[in-house]
Amino acid sequence: MTTLLRVEGLTRLFGGLVAVNKVDFDVEEGKIIAIIGPNGAGKSTLFNLIGGTISPSSGKVFFAGNDITGWKPYSIARAGIARTFQTTALFEELPVYVNLVIGHRMRTRSGLWDVILHTPRQKREKNETTAKVLEVLEFTELGEYINAPAGSIPQEAQKRLAIGVALMGNPRLLLLDEPTGGVGMGETDNIIALIDRIRAKGVTVCVIEHKMRMIMSLADRIVALNFGVKIAEGDPQRVCDDPAVIEAYLGECIA
Amino acid sequence: MSFFFNQLVIGIQLGSQYVMVALGLTLIFGILDISHFAHGHLYMIGAYLLYIVMVLGGINYWIALIICMAALAVGGVVVERLVYRPLRGQPHINTFIAAIGLILVLETLVRGIQPKALSVPKPIDTTLQFAGINMELQRLFVIIGAVVLIVLLQLFIKRTRLGTAIEAVAQDREGAALVGINVNRISALTFAIATALAAAAAVLMAPLAFVSPEMGSVLILKAFVIVVIGGLGSMKGAIVGGYLLGIIEAMAIAYISSAYKDVFAFAVLIIILAIRPTGLFRGRD
Amino acid sequence: MAGIVRLWKKFPSKYGKAGIIVLVLALAVVMPWITSKYNVRILTLAMAWAIAALSLNLILGYTGQASLAHGALMGIGAYAFGIFAERVGLNFWLALPIACLVTAFIGLLIGLPSLRTKGPYFAIVTLCFNVIVYKVFENWQWLSGGIQGQVVPQPSFLQQRWARYYFVLGCLLLTLIVMHFIVKSLLGLTFMSIRSNENLAEATGINTFRNKLLSFVVSCFFVGLAGSMLAIENGQLDPTITIHLNSFYILIFLLIGGAATLSGPLVGAIGLYWLLDYMKKIGIKGIEEFRYLFFGLILIIVIIYMPRGLVGGLKQLWEWMKSRLKRRKIGEVPE
Repeated sequence: MTTLLRVEGLTRLFGGLVAVNKVDFDVEEGKIIAIIGPNGAGKSTLFNLIGGTISPSSGKVFFAGNDITGWKPYSIARAGIARTFQTTALFEELPVYVNLVIGHRMRTRSGLWDVILHTPRQKREKNETTAKVLEVLEFTELGEYINAPAGSIPQEAQKRLAIGVALMGNPRLLLLDEPTGGVGMGETDNIIALIDRIRAKGVTVCVIEHKMRMIMSLADRIVALNFGVKIAEGDPQRVCDDPAVIEAYLGECIA
Repeated sequence: MSFFFNQLVIGIQLGSQYVMVALGLTLIFGILDISHFAHGHLYMIGAYLLYIVMVLGGINYWIALIICMAALAVGGVVVERLVYRPLRGQPHINTFIAAIGLILVLETLVRGIQPKALSVPKPIDTTLQFAGINMELQRLFVIIGAVVLIVLLQLFIKRTRLGTAIEAVAQDREGAALVGINVNRISALTFAIATALAAAAAVLMAPLAFVSPEMGSVLILKAFVIVVIGGLGSMKGAIVGGYLLGIIEAMAIAYISSAYKDVFAFAVLIIILAIRPTGLFRGRD
Repeated sequence: MAGIVRLWKKFPSKYGKAGIIVLVLALAVVMPWITSKYNVRILTLAMAWAIAALSLNLILGYTGQASLAHGALMGIGAYAFGIFAERVGLNFWLALPIACLVTAFIGLLIGLPSLRTKGPYFAIVTLCFNVIVYKVFENWQWLSGGIQGQVVPQPSFLQQRWARYYFVLGCLLLTLIVMHFIVKSLLGLTFMSIRSNENLAEATGINTFRNKLLSFVVSCFFVGLAGSMLAIENGQLDPTITIHLNSFYILIFLLIGGAATLSGPLVGAIGLYWLLDYMKKIGIKGIEEFRYLFFGLILIIVIIYMPRGLVGGLKQLWEWMKSRLKRRKIGEVPE
């Protein structure tokens, strides 16, 4: 197995506060890694550091052998890391299919001259994009909402759409920040099934999640954080039995 | 050297005027998230009201000051209620259009009634001489008046319950609503305070310059510059930025060029924002 | 009656739209024959402002960045045309594109520092640029010609009033077509993604700064065209064409008409320009003197009750009527 993502000594300070403190871990290609930890443990900050939204105070991030530390978010996305946000981020007033089209934009190159001159490239890229949109619509089972504004569809469908937008750019690594957050217990099955299908496609997934039942069934490996520090790493059962993790969660994990 | 100090005093006096206007603007921006572009025109109304009360009504200058502040406080609340509250939650640029509408209404109204520029006599017309500095007493009134009002405002914000509520809303509107602060009341109060401050600035400045329908339009631009330099919603930023801009302007007029006197403020802003895109002090984004 | 309603319902909105476009275009073409010379001049100027409103629509309506420098840029376009055509003595067909390109280039220089800022900061920075440009034009006599201003030559084929009308109409159509293509393209969707959620666009692999800059520069090109049109129609320029009030007017035309639509800027610019002129010449003393007061009140009322502008409001009304009609039809089923 090859290592797709390597995080080395990643640290981020906010004022005097250490949000992420010397975190190391590897993500192997084709696996699902879960990142767990109580609120404020630094999980979302970790994603923001990997995704380039904020830059680290120290430490490095390697992706597919390249040092991507300090790259701009759009360069990291183009390199093959796609992500979703904790509070579902969509282009809310735009229709569902337009959201997906925008997700594929970084793989197309037609610009102003193509618009004015109506080049064949623009036509070809539009066709490519349409094909990809149809594929992802089917993959995420969002066909019924195709023309609805993204902000108007149910919460659970919005979560799937956010993942769909991330998939449009053919990422190698997908960072999912609480993909079932704010979704009722009965509705999470769709999303879990979707993540399973993503794994089956060979896309590596790194997921932040609170619902332990879901993690135990999905994840190949777990990284546990508390107060910005990595407190445990390993296969799901071992991490769940780890005394430090149990202490951090006050026994939540045992259920 | 005395020339330099003279310019410094003029700069501080200019800055005092800017701070009084910019403080209100930054509070309004922080509380309601609206670009109250008509603030300068309410300032203009304050100066005209002074003319009516003092010159036409024959009332003492200092009593007129109180009357103008009180009347404009009410005017500010009316503007908030009629123009801005119906626009809450709309994009920034929509409130900006409404503000331009308000500017057109106020300026046309004043110009239609009295097209000529007016002058207001100084309450005490003397010039102080001190260590080579010549200063009209009215300039000193502007400087002292600004300091008194800034201190009073700070005491109000930091020491009273209503004041802390204003600060809380300015920093986090949703959070403040969650802990039970009535945002409508706070925004009306903020408009009252901000507009009264602008009226005070207008009354203090009126004897030093002509009163004209467009007197507020360049001032509001500079006030916006100060608010942005200071960080939107930051009171400390507005105070520092206001005095800084006044002094920079006075010096630039004296030592660089007076033809471009209104340009320096805008050039300073562009340079600062090119380096720090969110202003000197961290305000609300 | 029921027959008409049925016919109306069957009338697909696509054909309806095409019908309206053909009708408006036909009206625009015959206008010089059916109206007074004075009105032709007002319409010509209004169409130049409509080009400016359309250009602002690209950067504000579609890309979400409120530029308040467009008045200055329009003035720069006008002056560039005047200077290249009169002082440099360039051929008309060379001077016009050069004027637009100069405006686009100045736009690039303004956009590079100011597009780093966001939201209201961007609006204020661009407003500052506008004030600076105005002050430079006011004080730099060599550039602006001072109070005497700059003479703009009218080429022989644009000596006639109606010829200028058709020329500006042509430029307006060209602008509309280019805007239509941009809005419908992948590039246009990229701009809209930035308006909708800039952080998400960035995380989705879009270089938001570059796209904003592109949108701004294209927008400046067309506002330069608008300025050149004003210069040609007026034949004379003075520094006030760069004043920031013009930025406000372009903004008002766009937002009252309806941002992020293609017909909104047209309706706003032509309608409001005509309205202001109508109030001036109506001959009633109160209205003439206080016309900007009424104008201001109209702005406030429209923006409060139709936050998406006249065209946006009409669209909403249309949707509402359609849904009502549909509901009534469902109600009729038991019959």
